[in-house]
Amino acid sequence: MSDSTPAKTDSATRRFEPFGFLRDLASRWDLAAFVVVLGLIAFLGGAARGMFAPMSQLRAAPMSLDPYFLPQYAARTTLRMLIALLVSLVFTLTYATWAAKSERAGKLLVPILDILQSVPIFGFLSVTYVFFMSLAPGRVLGAEFASIFLIFTSQAWNMAFSFYQSLRTIPTELAEAAESFRLSPWMRFWQLEVPFGLPALVWNMMMSMSGGWFFVVASESISVGRTTVTLPGVGSYIALAIERRNLAAIGWAILTMFLVILAYDQLLFRPLVAWVDRFRVDQDPGVREPRSWALTMMRRSRLIQAAKLTFHATVLWTSRAVKREAPRAPDHQSVTRRSRSKDRIWVGLAAVLVALGVWRIGADLISHTSIAEFVHVAGLASLTMIRVFVLILMASLIWVPIGVWVGLRPRVAQFVQPIAQFMAAFPANLLFPIAIYGIVVWRLKPDIWLSPLMILGTQWYILFNVIAGAAAMPAELRQVSANLGVKGWLWWRKVALPGVLPYYVTGAITASGGSWNAAQVAELVNWGHTTIRARGLGSYIADATAAGNFHRIVLGVGVMSLFVVTLNRLFWRPLYYYAERRFRLT
Amino acid sequence: MNGTPALLKCTGVRKAFPKPDGGELLVLDGMNLEVEEGQIVGLLGRSGSGKSTLLRLIAGLAEPSAGELLYLGQPIFGPPAGIAMVFQSFALFPWLTVFENVALGLEAQRMAKAEIRKRSLAAIDLIGLDGFESAYPRELSGGMRQRVGFARALVVHPNILLMDEPFSALDVLTAETLRTDFLDLWSEGRMPIKGVVLVTHNIEEAVLMCDRILVFGSNPGRILSEIKVTLPQPRNRLEPSFRELVERIYVEMTAKPGGAAAVGRQERFPGLGIGSVLPPVSSNSQAGLIEAVAAQPFNGIADLPKIASDLQMEIDELFPVAETLQMMRFAELEGGDLKLTDEGLAFAHADLDERKRIFMRHLLAYVPLAAHIRRVLDERASHAARKSRFVDELEDFMSEEDAESTLRAVVHWGRYAEAFAYNDANAVFSLENPT
Repeated sequence: MSDSTPAKTDSATRRFEPFGFLRDLASRWDLAAFVVVLGLIAFLGGAARGMFAPMSQLRAAPMSLDPYFLPQYAARTTLRMLIALLVSLVFTLTYATWAAKSERAGKLLVPILDILQSVPIFGFLSVTYVFFMSLAPGRVLGAEFASIFLIFTSQAWNMAFSFYQSLRTIPTELAEAAESFRLSPWMRFWQLEVPFGLPALVWNMMMSMSGGWFFVVASESISVGRTTVTLPGVGSYIALAIERRNLAAIGWAILTMFLVILAYDQLLFRPLVAWVDRFRVDQDPGVREPRSWALTMMRRSRLIQAAKLTFHATVLWTSRAVKREAPRAPDHQSVTRRSRSKDRIWVGLAAVLVALGVWRIGADLISHTSIAEFVHVAGLASLTMIRVFVLILMASLIWVPIGVWVGLRPRVAQFVQPIAQFMAAFPANLLFPIAIYGIVVWRLKPDIWLSPLMILGTQWYILFNVIAGAAAMPAELRQVSANLGVKGWLWWRKVALPGVLPYYVTGAITASGGSWNAAQVAELVNWGHTTIRARGLGSYIADATAAGNFHRIVLGVGVMSLFVVTLNRLFWRPLYYYAERRFRLT
Repeated sequence: MNGTPALLKCTGVRKAFPKPDGGELLVLDGMNLEVEEGQIVGLLGRSGSGKSTLLRLIAGLAEPSAGELLYLGQPIFGPPAGIAMVFQSFALFPWLTVFENVALGLEAQRMAKAEIRKRSLAAIDLIGLDGFESAYPRELSGGMRQRVGFARALVVHPNILLMDEPFSALDVLTAETLRTDFLDLWSEGRMPIKGVVLVTHNIEEAVLMCDRILVFGSNPGRILSEIKVTLPQPRNRLEPSFRELVERIYVEMTAKPGGAAAVGRQERFPGLGIGSVLPPVSSNSQAGLIEAVAAQPFNGIADLPKIASDLQMEIDELFPVAETLQMMRFAELEGGDLKLTDEGLAFAHADLDERKRIFMRHLLAYVPLAAHIRRVLDERASHAARKSRFVDELEDFMSEEDAESTLRAVVHWGRYAEAFAYNDANAVFSLENPT
């Protein structure tokens, strides 16, 4: 822990060194930090300038497939994703806190979050786009807002859920200690609640960042009806490469993505994971502490130490600045009376909102949709549902055995985890050329052969979780089954599969949710002027979006969230609780 | 009290939690307590006797349903500035260093930075944590962590220090060192505190540390008796007067309510019907204690302090088993002794099948819930009944959690006795044995 103790130097014993003063001024780590920070600022700063440019500049400088421009595009895309992540973080810290702190608000906010999680906001892009454009008329900024908002919708919900869960599970004694030492609510938030929720939150931020890539292509070239705005970025580069059937450009895009993912993993998430490791409340000396060279750099460098201290001081300073209520003698009767009337107002407000929603949806849908249309859409949704289930099943057959095998071998797991993480970020669009080529050449049925694209990015969650489950299996359980000579199929049936089941279900739920969202990209595939579609809800929504048909979008999105929510309630959630109850090893 | 208000005064304190069916669960009733300057007051009792609840009421972490708590003559609403608490599980913030953990309470008071630093370092120094300022809790041993807990409480210069079983999560040696260190600091007057309230379920710890011991009884939690400890500090566990006091407290804690006048073993379990909460004591623990009491050197009658130290069980672990034996009529609990009945002795010497037969007989005779389940199963043609049926019946008498744990206990006993079977997958009781 040399990095947490102030270095003590004994001047008497120090040798004379030429340029020793330089060492005093800045350590080697300072230098490294300086270079990295400056590089990042230059990289993202240039991208930020582009955001504020007038719209005409976009038309003046159209996208190019020359790889020379890719670093610049990568910077724009990364900046968008980071801003979206930041917005998601702010959303998480406010929305989840409100939902957890106020019982009244929680009753409404938690189900809303649950639904938002299952709604493919994607479909609403054309609607929100108009709104965002009006925020910064004539500037690129408006389109940037819309693009960032779309990425935000793919990142925020699981983060908010994770933080909400953390807030609800703060250990009683820690909460009591905070109360008994009379921390103000503001201080309690920064000193207890946020640190406690951080480990889970960081993990979800990593997942969100991966998930965000999937929508990058869609978010950067926004077409509403006949107008298309293309924002410079990796996503629109890919879109252009697909349009022009340029395989080399697809290759360059893959390379760029790989480098960008590697960079933010090393510079952002590795340090974060290593840093929050100490925030874990279970204080057993950890299996293996996560390490990160970037974190070491940040800890050793005075530059970043200073920034950290400033943040800490700000928290303390604001804690002092925020006024604290003196404890008062509670007057029970008036409190209950007041809270009851507040309850009533709240319920009334919620009822008005729900009524408004029903009226809007009703007016839009009923007047523009026939029953036949609804039945048709429900049929398409069923097709997509069958696809999702079959794919999950097939992915499970492949990845569960592999995941168990990998999880039981820590060295291999260490190697496989980052690869799987990269694969999870891989947007399906990049595989369009292969899919289309195969389908056209062998005259395959798109209804079947486009489906694998849906699970391309999401199957890795099954692998992740199964690896984690196998790694968490107690060594003694494995030893005893070896001791008893339990082998082969019996070993899988009685030891391995039950052992990883709770983890597997978690992974399958994530994969299923992601696949529904991916349907819109995967069921309608372009390569140049060749378009191939699979019949399903995804292609229905994609068509409606392309045509700018608002009523169809609402219908499609509504039916999709209806299906997803129902499936979650009736299938996944009971399965999850069953697996937790029967098979969780504690 | 010469006009100055007492450090802490509780009168007629009562605490009840509302139950879902509209009734209430009474955990603490008729509590009167006064803490004077210079005293360590011990709250001694088993889990569920409400002693921790009382501590939290004093700490201002909960509100009483009735009665009054006065700190220096002022009613307690919310955590008062002059009362600090040490927790059983230490409750340190894992993301803060030792220094930051200690300083937190002062930062909450918005003290000047230099002052915070000075006082925190002084507290760290006092409690013997010098050199550990920049360590994180996870790098420390349990004993060191609890020292941080003490430093964090002392740094705010509280008048009253509340301790919630502060040594029970530590190993024996560490706990003893910490107790001795604490008592040294206390008797030398080096801690800025005026009074201490210590919650414990360890009788020897109470006698070792306290000036006054309040013995708590359960259902609802109330004070059974108050014992003044006048032995001079430092006290020696082996001294006859110390042993005598420990023995006396054991007798107090096993005394039948209503005193010697009450007759019949029924008295220990007032109203033992279908609606009484059953303790989660396994058949193994019961058999183990029966065997221990039957064997040398006890030969059927065991002195509780003696057997507790022989088996290295705290009263929290020993009492529930002993009382279950009493409920099952395998033993009698009186005057600090545990005496096996004839059936208890027979059980001790029987083989496994015979033991099961004896256990079945006693289970169906003395545990009405078990008899009830068996009767229902016998009467039905299918010989099967859903668990929910019994849960509903129990919830007329007790909370949801108690009903759950009571059923778990009776399922365990019924399985051991082979009185009935239970399938957890579909939550059904039956008479069938699995094939």
